[in-house]
Amino acid sequence: MINYGLKILLLGLLLGAAVPASAGGSLLPVIPEAQARVSETQGCVEPVDDMRKNHMEYILHQRDKTVHEGIRTQQHSLVECINCHVSDAPDAPRVSSEEHFCNSCHTYAAVKVDCFQCHADRPVSTAQKLSQPGGGESLLLSADRQPVSVTGDQAQ
Amino acid sequence: MSEQEGIDIYRRRFLGNAAKASAGLALAPGIMLTELGHAKPADEAVTGQVRWGMLIDSNKCAEGCNDCVQACNDEHGLTGFDRPATDAQWIRKVKLKDRQTGHTQTLPLLCQHCEHPPCVDVCPTGASFKREDGIVLVDKHICIGCRYCMMACPYKARSFIHETLQDQMPYAPRGKGTVESCTFCVHRVDDDRTPACVEACTAENHNALVFGDMHDPSSQISQELERHSSQQIRADLQLNTGVRYRGI
Ligand code: SF4
Ligand code: SF4
Repeated sequence: MINYGLKILLLGLLLGAAVPASAGGSLLPVIPEAQARVSETQGCVEPVDDMRKNHMEYILHQRDKTVHEGIRTQQHSLVECINCHVSDAPDAPRVSSEEHFCNSCHTYAAVKVDCFQCHADRPVSTAQKLSQPGGGESLLLSADRQPVSVTGDQAQ
Repeated sequence: MSEQEGIDIYRRRFLGNAAKASAGLALAPGIMLTELGHAKPADEAVTGQVRWGMLIDSNKCAEGCNDCVQACNDEHGLTGFDRPATDAQWIRKVKLKDRQTGHTQTLPLLCQHCEHPPCVDVCPTGASFKREDGIVLVDKHICIGCRYCMMACPYKARSFIHETLQDQMPYAPRGKGTVESCTFCVHRVDDDRTPACVEACTAENHNALVFGDMHDPSSQISQELERHSSQQIRADLQLNTGVRYRGI
């Protein structure tokens, strides 16, 4: 009898341990919410499915255009990805954490992300707060930069 | 902040930008912004119609003042590791002394944005390049850190990053194993703003630095270059530098 009871107890412990493991430490990534949607009907700057698969192509293409030709549209800009997808709260997770937007998926997919060896993993507003306690604007592009609309024709 | 408020703020920013951009396009009847300055739409590539340059008046450059250097460091998040021999320096103050007369003067030295840049000539990967508008940059995605360009540059304008970096500025990506130098604050220039060093010098009322388009005869830099004599450092190398000096 005692033996049987012990077995039940052990089984219970095992199950008890297994349940949080599959809920909290879920295999699926927990992706932080973005700061905003592009429009009512569209979440990201391209359809979300497309972004999940092809975001690296978009930012790779944009990177060459920005560095070599000075094209600084917002739609596929890495800086704008971070501005929207990473919170500027002081305790917002850094890219080393699995709670950082980029790293949440990259950890899940086991793909190393090396952008942030050079690029900032935090939004412009964070860098600005940290570097310009007086609230200067040297980091921000001025407001009259021409935005690229991602609504209308390009939205799907 | 509710989710809806967040979205509204984001939209307002988008729309605000759009409104200002379209207001800018028609400043006055018949006058387009593109004719006045260099406000280039964000989706247009830079062209060779512009050549960015800087005129540095050594007579106005105040001894002991380091504002341009500080502004550059702040702007690009350049931090030191207490290793002066290798810490990044995009702009530095140089003191000149005439041994005959004892007269001293100072000037800032930075990448001269050469028209015929030796750094680009020697770069084996194509990482060092000159933009159409004359700004010489390193594409750090391509740079392998061989440092040939550092050896080739007659002005010692380039730095190599030896340390793993953190907390880079969003508009100044920098990382270990690559070479870097003054970008003329390209992220500002593309946004029709002045480099941080020039802004700092002007704010202190020293006005030793003038930045502008050397191809535009009506720009302040072109007019000053036409009116007064100026020098290139090591003009004998015939690199046709984008940075010119007065009073040296
Ligand atoms: S000053 Fe040096 S780094 Fe700058 S363009 Fe000339 S050779 Fe290249
Ligand atoms: S260090 Fe980088 S930019 Fe300089 S020559 Fe080598 S590859 Fe080119």
